[in-house]
Amino acid sequence: MSRDGLLIVGASQAGVQLAVSLRALGHDGPITLVGEENHRPYQRPALSKEFLQGLISKESLIFRSEAYWAEHRIRVVKNERIVQIGKSDDGSGTAYAESGAAFDFERLALTVGARARRLEIPGADLAGVLYLRNADDALELKARAPEAGDVVVIGGGFIGLEAAASLTKMGKRVTVLEAGPRLVGRAVGPEMSEYLRAYHAERGIEIVLDAQVTRLVPADSGAAVGGVQLADGRVVPADIVLIGIGVVPNTELASTLGLECDDGIRVDRYALTSDGVTIAVGDCANLPNPVPGAPPGDRIRFESVNNAVEQAKVAAYAITGRKEEYAGIPWFWSNQGALKLQIAGLSRGYDRTVVRRDDTRGKFSVLYYRGDRILAADCVNAPLDFMAVKAALADGSVIPYEQAADPTVPLKKITVAADAPRETRNELT
Amino acid sequence: MPKVTFTDHAGETRAIDANPGDSVMETAVRNGVPGIVAECGGSLSCATCHVIVDPADFASLPPMEEMEDEMLYGTAVERRETSRLSCQIRITEDLDLHVTTPETQV
Repeated sequence: MSRDGLLIVGASQAGVQLAVSLRALGHDGPITLVGEENHRPYQRPALSKEFLQGLISKESLIFRSEAYWAEHRIRVVKNERIVQIGKSDDGSGTAYAESGAAFDFERLALTVGARARRLEIPGADLAGVLYLRNADDALELKARAPEAGDVVVIGGGFIGLEAAASLTKMGKRVTVLEAGPRLVGRAVGPEMSEYLRAYHAERGIEIVLDAQVTRLVPADSGAAVGGVQLADGRVVPADIVLIGIGVVPNTELASTLGLECDDGIRVDRYALTSDGVTIAVGDCANLPNPVPGAPPGDRIRFESVNNAVEQAKVAAYAITGRKEEYAGIPWFWSNQGALKLQIAGLSRGYDRTVVRRDDTRGKFSVLYYRGDRILAADCVNAPLDFMAVKAALADGSVIPYEQAADPTVPLKKITVAADAPRETRNELT
Repeated sequence: MPKVTFTDHAGETRAIDANPGDSVMETAVRNGVPGIVAECGGSLSCATCHVIVDPADFASLPPMEEMEDEMLYGTAVERRETSRLSCQIRITEDLDLHVTTPETQV
């Protein structure tokens, strides 16, 4: 690559990992990492949890020290929003920021992430109607929280429940309004949804399922939000309305470059987009399902740290000219107050479940099977279950359905090793 | 200033000045110490910041909680007598800690 080297657009988990992995692989060319936020690259997961509650500082969210970036000759540029990119057939070109700054590149990587889906109903532009995607969102929520008594969270997914649990701990009266019939319907099965509902209800969070929000009502003063109106006419009081109804992948730059997009920027198993050169990694990428044995042609878009990290490693290999297919067991976590949910694998396509429940120790796991084959597990406060299922999925060993329900018997103990040899891992850890 | 000395599985050593209040994991990651992955950023969810503490230092650390203990059964390299997850070890004023990083974390 020439002196302009690789330009990584997006300085969050995926972009940072790509830069770091390239240096770990000995890649020597110039790397520029451009982020649109006016913060040094930072980690998002704690924004809805420890950071919101003031348990950790902003400094502790920072990915790497300034000395690290300098020593590894990675140019980190913050506060530059790329709005236009010109690219030739060979993959090189120039990216232009809103400020007018230009960044030449020999090769482009889009790690542009996703943005919070906006709620489009009357009143959604009132002051005090907030989202929680980035550090500025979290700072605004934190700044408004001390004055607020009632908080309404619209959306009973991971972000909504994490924030609801944090805000409850901060002494707020919290109501969660979920449009669907159960919590976290997109990511967990009905047993886990019900467990989460009961858990949060017991800790004082008001949860309304099948909630049809019609409009946000101003407070008496006018400009700020005062409540959320439901279809039955009821108004739930709110000094803050926090909206967590999912994200939209940022595909606009890719589209203008003519790259194929369909629920994300389409990439192959090497994180290459449809032009065969440009890279896309992380929440913005739509990729072949990496789970071994997934149906051919099955595609997926993840919103997870694990994917951002693992896919970035594959992309780093591709840039250095070595082709390593992306394959692995996806995993996710969500800490909601003292509840620690860990998910291994993808439950899509399951036809039966096993519940392991130990209320004396606050442990609850749901194992998802298709026939005799385990696909995934959702585990609350049960890291041993999580680890056992993750390991079994990785090496193809069997956790017998009929024996899995007894929570006093460790899953590891009943796991039957597969005949197939364990997949070897590459050196990027 | 507190100090953490990281030795990798091949025996290469790197000593880092640490800040009180940070975790050993944060100290490693921010300074680019190889051998610590820490995918979950220290929320005790991934067991990829496994270290083996020098037996001479082990007893001086506060004991681990049940969750950390359970997570240590899922590390990529099998846990040893003095294994810890480095995200759970806080740097204190006079700490002079020696840890070894395992061959792999994933």
